[in-house]
Amino acid sequence: MYKYDDYDHRIIRDRVNQFQDQTNRYFAGELSEEEFLPLRLQNGLYVQRLAPMLRICIPYGMLSSTQLRRLAKVTRDYDKGYAHFTTRQNLQLNWPTVEDAPKILAELAEVEMHAVQTSGNCIRNTTTDQYAGVTQEELVDPRPYCEIIRQWSTFHPEFAFLPRKFKIAVNSCPDTDRAAIHVHDIGLQIITDESGKLGYKVLVGGGLGRTPMIGSVIREFLPEHDLLTYLEAILRVYNRYGRRDNKYKARIKILVKAMTPEGFAEKVEAEWEHLKDGPTKLTDVEIARIKSHFVDPDYQALDNQPSELATPLAENKYFSNWYHRNVVPHKKPGYAIVNLTLKKLGVPPGNVTDSQIEQLANLADEYSFGELRVTHEQNVVLGDVEQSRLFELWEKIKPLGFATPNLGTLTDIICCPGGDYCSLANAKSIPVAEALQAKFDDLDYVYDLGELDLNISGCMNACGHHHVGNIGVLGVDKKGEEWYQISVGGASGQDASIGQILGPSFAREQMPDVIEKILQVYVDKRNGEELFIDTFRRIGLTPFKERVYA
Amino acid sequence: MPSLILDGQIFEDQWVYLEKAEAADQQQVPEGKVVVPLATWLAQKDSLSSRADIGVWLDSDEEPEALADHISELALIAVNFPKFADGRGYSIARLIRERHSYQGELRAMGDVLLDQLFYMKRCGFNSFALRPDRSAEKALAGLTTFTEVYQAGTDQPLPLFRRRA
Repeated sequence: MYKYDDYDHRIIRDRVNQFQDQTNRYFAGELSEEEFLPLRLQNGLYVQRLAPMLRICIPYGMLSSTQLRRLAKVTRDYDKGYAHFTTRQNLQLNWPTVEDAPKILAELAEVEMHAVQTSGNCIRNTTTDQYAGVTQEELVDPRPYCEIIRQWSTFHPEFAFLPRKFKIAVNSCPDTDRAAIHVHDIGLQIITDESGKLGYKVLVGGGLGRTPMIGSVIREFLPEHDLLTYLEAILRVYNRYGRRDNKYKARIKILVKAMTPEGFAEKVEAEWEHLKDGPTKLTDVEIARIKSHFVDPDYQALDNQPSELATPLAENKYFSNWYHRNVVPHKKPGYAIVNLTLKKLGVPPGNVTDSQIEQLANLADEYSFGELRVTHEQNVVLGDVEQSRLFELWEKIKPLGFATPNLGTLTDIICCPGGDYCSLANAKSIPVAEALQAKFDDLDYVYDLGELDLNISGCMNACGHHHVGNIGVLGVDKKGEEWYQISVGGASGQDASIGQILGPSFAREQMPDVIEKILQVYVDKRNGEELFIDTFRRIGLTPFKERVYA
Repeated sequence: MPSLILDGQIFEDQWVYLEKAEAADQQQVPEGKVVVPLATWLAQKDSLSSRADIGVWLDSDEEPEALADHISELALIAVNFPKFADGRGYSIARLIRERHSYQGELRAMGDVLLDQLFYMKRCGFNSFALRPDRSAEKALAGLTTFTEVYQAGTDQPLPLFRRRA
């Protein structure tokens, strides 16, 4: 994991002092509400329906056990004892006070954490694959590049007041994409060219929200050292020409569409000509320095499938279910990647209590070199677990509620905080998730359905990524009442697509039955083990529509 | 007279700012230190470029490229921030300094507040016409909020990664 040096510490400490001073001036009446707004947003502080919300940054989802313990402490001391993992690998506190926010940030700074640019019209936390550095599927570890982007984007003087928020994601797997780079403002795919040189394919203009779009490739190959100058060129074109007259048309995707991807690319290339050989071009020394923070831990020489794993797998069906669902192959023999699901029935997706956060810290220390990752599906991952200890780990996490064996299935629902917490929401989302989890509690049925993403957003802002759910649910407001619109056929990943709207929306109590009908169509029509998304792509929307509105 | 921060010191602002006119070529430009809109300067540059007391101001949607040929002759260039949250002026300033190598006084005008001064300074502004209701003494502190920075800027030609010891 990246470790701060004196420079990094100094910059984050200066930020805490700056925000303390701004908060003081706000309470002294020297800063108006309007002037304070972007300042607090760029420190992660929203004012929500019931209380302020503080969004704490977890750079590309990596956390140490020390950081987890501090998060548990602030959750206990400044909040009501629970926090919420978001769909962008961050953590939200729902009940802090504005006065306390600078104190919380000071406590976080001590463990190399912050809430910098987690909100506001600026460059947000860069996200990546939750299995980065431990999966055998990747070309190289993408995290050093995310850290390079983090430092460059932190307090970038030119891009603090963009037309709208700006999100960058990085993927390094050739055949799969857990970072959803096709639906980000900038998506970077790490690749090699014909000569084996490392670089990036650059996509721009993807996004969800009101106008969901798949990003366009504007450069097939950008050499490794040119990362920051090229990003700077893209951001400068966007900062100058992105629309500022209408916040719903201000994202870069609208600009790219208006200029056409080719026209936008031309503008970026022209700007980049001036920047590419400037001082911001990366150096070998810097790339090596950052990479030195992401070296492998002290792995032991181990064999795959030791008897401590093989025996319980053969004897215990529940353990075997969990293993096949929630455990993923590791690049090193004898190790495994373990998903701890935060989707237990009766608990809002992504929510954790302070004592659960401490338990996660203990598990990270005991099983995974003191590190843990947060996923955009709102689960957490232990990246480096010895296979011989999987059964022991499973027995330990079962009573903690982290072993629900539903990863990637229907009941592993992605869900925003919704109208229970968020002032933007049209409708509640958590009760819908809970009703669906209750309805589909038969694990054999859920397994039989196989991989299936069900994503719920409480409004058009699409924090629950409903557009790219195989089944998407969107909360809408109809004359002051909460209704839900369903889309089918969305997908994230390498073959990303935006879901198609099924038809008129439904009341909340109808939702479990409607979803059941959609699933029945799939079960009736699928060929063998065909996945939901493949069946949909084969048969189209009509059969679903006919059954649901019959 | 409203106050001005120039190169880290507080002065009274001696300049008069002309608003945009319907017919830029007809706009009357008085004697003395005057900052004229870009369109006026472009329309009247044959007569105005002989004067040493003329500045030009750009709005946030205007192109600094328009000044390119005569940029070094100008005593003052000002960039307007219609609202402090309109961030186009930051890119405009960097282009004026870094692309067009302007060495003279570069001033932020309009909705100029304490909390944006540090970023403005980093993008090349050395002069700040604060919003009249703001105290220049307090605003001075805004120029030194951070003691270290990651990126290259007009104030610091090397990014931290080229300076890290």
